[in-house]
Amino acid sequence: MIAELGHYALILALFVAVVQSMLPLMGAARRDATLMAVAPSAANAQLLCCGIAFAALTYAYVTSDFSVANVYQNSHTDKPMLYKVSGVWGNHEGSLILWVVTMALFGAAVGWFGAALTPSLRARVIGVQGLVAIGFLLFILFTSNPFERLSPAPIQGEGLNPLLQDPGLAFHPPMLYLGYVGFSLTFSFAIAGLLEGRLDAAWARWVRPWVLAAWAFLTAGIALGSWWAYYELGWGGWWFWDPVENASFMPWLLGTALLHSAIVVEKRDALKRWTVLLAILTFALSLLGTFLVRSGILTSVHSFAVDPTRGMFVLLLLAAVVGGGLALYAWRAPTLEPGGLFQPISREGGLVLNNLLLTTATATVFLGTLYPLFLEVVGGGRVSVGPPYFNATFIPLMVPLVAAMAVGPLLAWKRADIKGALQRLWAVVAVTVGGSLAVLWLDRGGPVLAPLGIAMALWLILGTLVEVAERIALFKAPMSTSLRRLVNLPRAAVGLTLGHVGCGLAILGMTGSLWTTEVIRAMRPGDVQQLAGYDIRFDGVEERRGANFLSEQGTFTVMRDNAVVWVLKPEKRRFDSPPMVTTEAAIKSRLFYDLYLVLGEPDRREGARAASDRWGVRMYHEPMVPFIWLGAVVMVIGGLVSLSDRRFRIGAPTRRAVPAGTATGAPAE
Amino acid sequence: MKRLVFLAPLLLFAGLVGWFVAGMDRERQLPSMLIDRPAPAVTLPPLLTDRPGLDPAALAAGRPQLVNLFASWCAPCRVEHPTFMALAREGVPILGINYKDRPEDAIRWLEQLGNPYARIGTDRDGRAGIDWGITGVPETFLLDARGRVRWRHVGPLMPEHVPSLRQALAMAARG
Repeated sequence: MIAELGHYALILALFVAVVQSMLPLMGAARRDATLMAVAPSAANAQLLCCGIAFAALTYAYVTSDFSVANVYQNSHTDKPMLYKVSGVWGNHEGSLILWVVTMALFGAAVGWFGAALTPSLRARVIGVQGLVAIGFLLFILFTSNPFERLSPAPIQGEGLNPLLQDPGLAFHPPMLYLGYVGFSLTFSFAIAGLLEGRLDAAWARWVRPWVLAAWAFLTAGIALGSWWAYYELGWGGWWFWDPVENASFMPWLLGTALLHSAIVVEKRDALKRWTVLLAILTFALSLLGTFLVRSGILTSVHSFAVDPTRGMFVLLLLAAVVGGGLALYAWRAPTLEPGGLFQPISREGGLVLNNLLLTTATATVFLGTLYPLFLEVVGGGRVSVGPPYFNATFIPLMVPLVAAMAVGPLLAWKRADIKGALQRLWAVVAVTVGGSLAVLWLDRGGPVLAPLGIAMALWLILGTLVEVAERIALFKAPMSTSLRRLVNLPRAAVGLTLGHVGCGLAILGMTGSLWTTEVIRAMRPGDVQQLAGYDIRFDGVEERRGANFLSEQGTFTVMRDNAVVWVLKPEKRRFDSPPMVTTEAAIKSRLFYDLYLVLGEPDRREGARAASDRWGVRMYHEPMVPFIWLGAVVMVIGGLVSLSDRRFRIGAPTRRAVPAGTATGAPAE
Repeated sequence: MKRLVFLAPLLLFAGLVGWFVAGMDRERQLPSMLIDRPAPAVTLPPLLTDRPGLDPAALAAGRPQLVNLFASWCAPCRVEHPTFMALAREGVPILGINYKDRPEDAIRWLEQLGNPYARIGTDRDGRAGIDWGITGVPETFLLDARGRVRWRHVGPLMPEHVPSLRQALAMAARG
């Protein structure tokens, strides 16, 4: 009954989406205020319908209603409640429901907070959002209905893939989706802007918070995914350049470019055509990510489902949405007025450089991900493009990008003095050069990239801090003045600082992982292994019964100078349904390194199952790796802080006064 | 001329969609191509020192056997692994092809999860994968006594697929 209600709500959502797209778009074209006014209420109705469908599916999961095929395939009564709920989106059909409910939420949010938009722009944004929703709802209803029933109903479910039963992965897909779907809204803004024929500072001010929100969610989603791969897959690695990882990384790179180019549109009324193109392409890459994952067109860690029908449908959706957007772009973009002029050496110039490098980086990742497919289609045989390609193409692009990241914020708008900016960074230059030389000396014969990575991280973090120090006149004014200025810094400036420092911290962590030490050996209980100054004693393995698995838990005593520091317990879990073994690495995280232990298979001689068994053990010492995720957290916080600034500025009472002050600074139209 | 610049993204995208369509077609043409034909005559070096690799003679061994393409980086392979361990315990001969993998990763993977394979050939660049016409890993083929492909399974081989495998095994054993 509840499931049927959910199904019915989905069908209703489709019809509401038709209304939500057609009437407001028609109204905007005819300047009919009544039709345009339909938009916010239609968006609310859409949210209600999708919300009911999502709630119905969640209910089926929570109550373990195995008469619903989707629940039967992905759930089990023994599963902890957290994973029953996360099972809702841990599969193809449910994740699409999450997608449409998020899209509906964002569409409705434009209705709630968009009172200051011109009525026609608001109607168009919500209308375009409705159009995209139609595509996804059709996809769900025709190829991926999560409410299909089974008769007779099975007594027990098949269980969620144990690899996915993990707190990191429970929240990884929703975060990614909030990011992807957030970019659907910037796409809607771009299309609406093209339809309006007017893109100005006000438009950019509206788009930026959504880009920021989507970017912050995507950053969090990617970081969670990488963290999960790090501790769950048990290889000690955190990024594999896997096609599906790349699929989420490409929209992130382009979204970062969009985040920066929208600033230029807002502040300087320039780069409009470029920004609109970026907005369309960023969402295109989000859809492409979905397509690559769902069609199984590329071989990947994540290829759980290979379904050509679904792949074809997503391809059609991609062609319609992106093709339509780009066609509109080809038609309308030439009519957009070019905006303010600027010198190459200026804040704008820096942001253009940022955009060029990020776009090129996206293109190299894109090529590396899809090249095997291209080659195969023309009959060139199968090749695999691995990390060497990405390291050789991606890192050289990141070096100038990071170099510019520290300088850019010091440049003035329109025309800047690069010499002056570099002079202000002299101390940073000294520390950077000194630091990398020190690394080169201390780590003779070590990884070649290490001094470079350290230099990049130092330069970026310190350079960014110099910019803040200048803003608050640190050491130049009395401490109290500096503190007051620090507190009163605009939130957007704080966001910039956090975002760039976070990026620097992440680079530090990635560089640190070059120094990972790995030990693989077979150990008998009582054996001691040395690793990075620790003595690690293997004490034995005992069996333990978990909620829905049987665990073999090893005990390792970590000692330093004969004193016990920690006891670590890595596990191997054998799940019953579906039958599968997972490794639970034991990770001791200090700020500056991780100690990472994995229990392998016992090396049992025929017939002998004694306590003297030798066990395969892998140990890693991973210096600075925690900084990768610390950096991501700082970046996300930066995004959120910056977001709070936007909301403050576009708050209802001041909405007339503030735009008037900034937007008319250098009007181009 | 200037319009062309704005048209370029659309044209590029149209080309891309064309590629995808071609790519998807390829995916769908493959499934039945090898059925009842001799298995591709591949010679692959061994992964482990104590188990031989693959050669054409090993594929026609005078009794039905399974060929499984796997990789340590492939999560579904991990999912299907217990099924192969169970089959190996029953005495079903299983040949492994380690697809696009680093040998040290694959060896570790087998040490960790157990080794159900009688022979393992390494296919580092994925060429054998093309000869077998796989769409990805894991994939499993059943060969009869003369080395002809009799049955194919795409994706993880789970307990629910075993009955159909047994049927195919029985048919293959009869010739």
